[in-house]
Amino acid sequence: MAKPTVDRRHFLLGGAVVGAAGGVVAATLHDGELGGPPQTFSGSVPWAEGAADSPPGASGSGYVFFNAAELAVVTALVDRLIPHDAVGPGAVEAGVPFFLDRQLAGPFGQGQHYFLGGPWPKGTPQQGYQSRFSPAQLYRAAIAAIETYVGANFNGASFDHLGEADRDKVLKGLESGDIALGGGVDSKMFFAMLLQNTKEGYFSDPIYGGNKDMGAWKMIGFPGAHYDYKEWVGRHGERVPIGPVGFKGRPGWTERQS
Amino acid sequence: MTTTLKPVDAVLVGFGWTGAIMGQQLCDEGLSVVALERGPWRDTATDFATTFAQDELRYMWRQHLFQNVSYDTLTIRNNTAQEALPMRHLGSFLLGTGVGSGGVHWNGQIWRFLPSDFQARSHNQQRYGKKAVSDHDLTVQDWGVTYDELEPHYDTFDRICGTSGKAGNLRGQIQPGGNPFEGARSSEYPTPPMAQTYAPTLFGEAAARLGRHPFPHPTGNLSQPYVNPLGAQMGACTYCGFCEKFGCGNYSKASPQTTILPYLMAKPNFTLRTECEVLKVELTPDRKRATGVTYVNSAGEEFFQPAEMVILSAYVLQNVRLMLLSGIGQPYDPATGQGQVGRNYAYQTMSSVNVFFDDKILNPFIGAGALATVIDDYNGDNFDHTGLGFIGGAYIAGMVTGGRPIEMIYTPQGTPAWGLEWKHAAARNYLKSFSISVHGSCMSHRGNSLDLDPTYRDVHGRPMLRMTFDFTDNELKMSNYVTDRAAEVARAMNPREIKLNRRAGPWSVTPYQTTHNTGGAIMGDHPGNSVVNKFLQVWDVPNVFSLGAGAFPQNAGYNPTGTVAALTYHAAAAIKAHYLKAPGALVQA
Repeated sequence: MAKPTVDRRHFLLGGAVVGAAGGVVAATLHDGELGGPPQTFSGSVPWAEGAADSPPGASGSGYVFFNAAELAVVTALVDRLIPHDAVGPGAVEAGVPFFLDRQLAGPFGQGQHYFLGGPWPKGTPQQGYQSRFSPAQLYRAAIAAIETYVGANFNGASFDHLGEADRDKVLKGLESGDIALGGGVDSKMFFAMLLQNTKEGYFSDPIYGGNKDMGAWKMIGFPGAHYDYKEWVGRHGERVPIGPVGFKGRPGWTERQS
Repeated sequence: MTTTLKPVDAVLVGFGWTGAIMGQQLCDEGLSVVALERGPWRDTATDFATTFAQDELRYMWRQHLFQNVSYDTLTIRNNTAQEALPMRHLGSFLLGTGVGSGGVHWNGQIWRFLPSDFQARSHNQQRYGKKAVSDHDLTVQDWGVTYDELEPHYDTFDRICGTSGKAGNLRGQIQPGGNPFEGARSSEYPTPPMAQTYAPTLFGEAAARLGRHPFPHPTGNLSQPYVNPLGAQMGACTYCGFCEKFGCGNYSKASPQTTILPYLMAKPNFTLRTECEVLKVELTPDRKRATGVTYVNSAGEEFFQPAEMVILSAYVLQNVRLMLLSGIGQPYDPATGQGQVGRNYAYQTMSSVNVFFDDKILNPFIGAGALATVIDDYNGDNFDHTGLGFIGGAYIAGMVTGGRPIEMIYTPQGTPAWGLEWKHAAARNYLKSFSISVHGSCMSHRGNSLDLDPTYRDVHGRPMLRMTFDFTDNELKMSNYVTDRAAEVARAMNPREIKLNRRAGPWSVTPYQTTHNTGGAIMGDHPGNSVVNKFLQVWDVPNVFSLGAGAFPQNAGYNPTGTVAALTYHAAAAIKAHYLKAPGALVQA
């Protein structure tokens, strides 16, 4: 079999691969692109029942990638990237730290879609990501390097103990590259990845562990994993009165316990 | 240890659009055909069903359907003075893999190039003087094939896809509502245009007020149900907004899966092998004939597949690399200008204008891959370039492919990328903004080319492809000029404000621009200026055909797939009519 057999009932139960509380996230099983054994097809279109390549949602509770100190720093970082106020949720209440934890523990963190082979000279800005680090390694090294920088420049403090203005000052320094980090971390490269991943956790389907209660979708007016807008195409300028929906339904729906 | 397999009439290397088209054409002639695809099998119900297809994180940002660069990528640089480094993560272009390949996750934008695009050198030289096509080391040339020769084949592809649109030029008669600049079409589109949402409608009205000629984008996202000549049934698009970069769960986007595979896979003389990567085309010692291909499967087993014909139907970059690895033709040397394989690599010059309203709800999430109203007034040579200092052009599209929020939240000029100010701008503008796309040509240049990297190797130990590319002055001038024309339309829509996203050099591997890589195995009228003849047959090895956009001598201001498909049908027609009767050169050198 090229793909794991996951039927719809198990998918809807949200325990498609590993469902144990606190357990390890779905690993590499779901990457349809990595495929499987060689196959030969002739005479018909192949199709297998129950083989749907359903999404590798986050599972379990608690943190499996970040330790407590790292989690405190990451939480403080993303809290400033998307702060909370009356307009809409902040990254922390949306669950972005948990999203990042599961992403970094899984195939993304392992660099499954990155070429990490050498040699590793420094590139031009136009040559994009140039590092031996997988995303998980980069986060780990960057958090440590940020702590070293903050400790040296803010009287021994930890980033999560800084006030909002100082946190923003550090973030702006990382964004522009003005703050040089040690430990082989390119500050601009890390900032770009962190901001991208934060927005991913904020706006992706809640099955990945962020976008809690679809609060980010509600804030902007995105209806989510909706599939058919035919009746709205010609209704120019009207607000579409459909609340957001995710792969596992809407807030308030309860999962069947088999 | 290499296992030699039973010989076949033709082997297809790669199984996306061109492989499916050529496979169907050759199987209908009774040939035994084997397709080798390095990625997995993919079908709609299993891989992108409507119950989970609308997943921005997984398909776009985790690149679920794209080529995995962890075991094979290419190296990139802007010019030959730089050291090329690996593209470690997909960005500027999103390469396909697997059955259907890019044909699964494309937008469905189906264009024909202008008749003058096929004579880019002689046409522009005649109108603007010799220097227009050679200044600044441009290496623009004619294709060796004409629009009129390709027209029946463009028409065939429209019928296979069920393309939705409105003809602008029917057999020489200009039609109201279509593109008045297009080449003459032999027949109307198979299905009517898609319904337009608010933003493209406003764009069209503003363009018309300025005296431009708006028309609905021709699209492979179907406006109504359709049964194609191969009996494949397609459904009407539901405007779900997950089309470009995604697979369609609704059988409404033309792809190999929805248009050709149901027919081709049932043929007893067709065999598909997945997870099989071709390492090399094997040649006779005199390098004038291919004997077949060597490939390795995902279990690590190596095979030699003998074949009478070898069809390179992988993506541009892989076709060119396979030729270089196999010793087909002479590699191009940018220092001397000698050699053909790898020459005239080109791309697409993209820019955009964001438009922000306060008083109009646009509902950007109602979209489709090619849902747009377009003006073609500033494409190709549809306007007078005298005194402008460039050749080529771009179409301008008021386009809404969807409102996927990680990728597609537009914020006004000067908005920070994060923080409360960013969040407020996102909340305020998401429903009330959209983007006008400026889709520009890219002329060929002496320094832009493909060759083998001296340092980096793939998982099989083979040299990676090395891409040397930058935008030239010609491209940046063109893009600025047409972006300004797009801004005129944007302002005529009376928005609160607009934001111009100009294309500036140097070319960068991030962010995403477009997956329209062209050239490197270009077509032409003699072996001294090209790799393949007008039938995509390799001059030096006549039983090898190289399909795809690698044949483009430079890239026009349109999406390439329509022309890629037309060239493939054109080649198939010559193979069927002449080559199979007398295998050998279809054009005398």
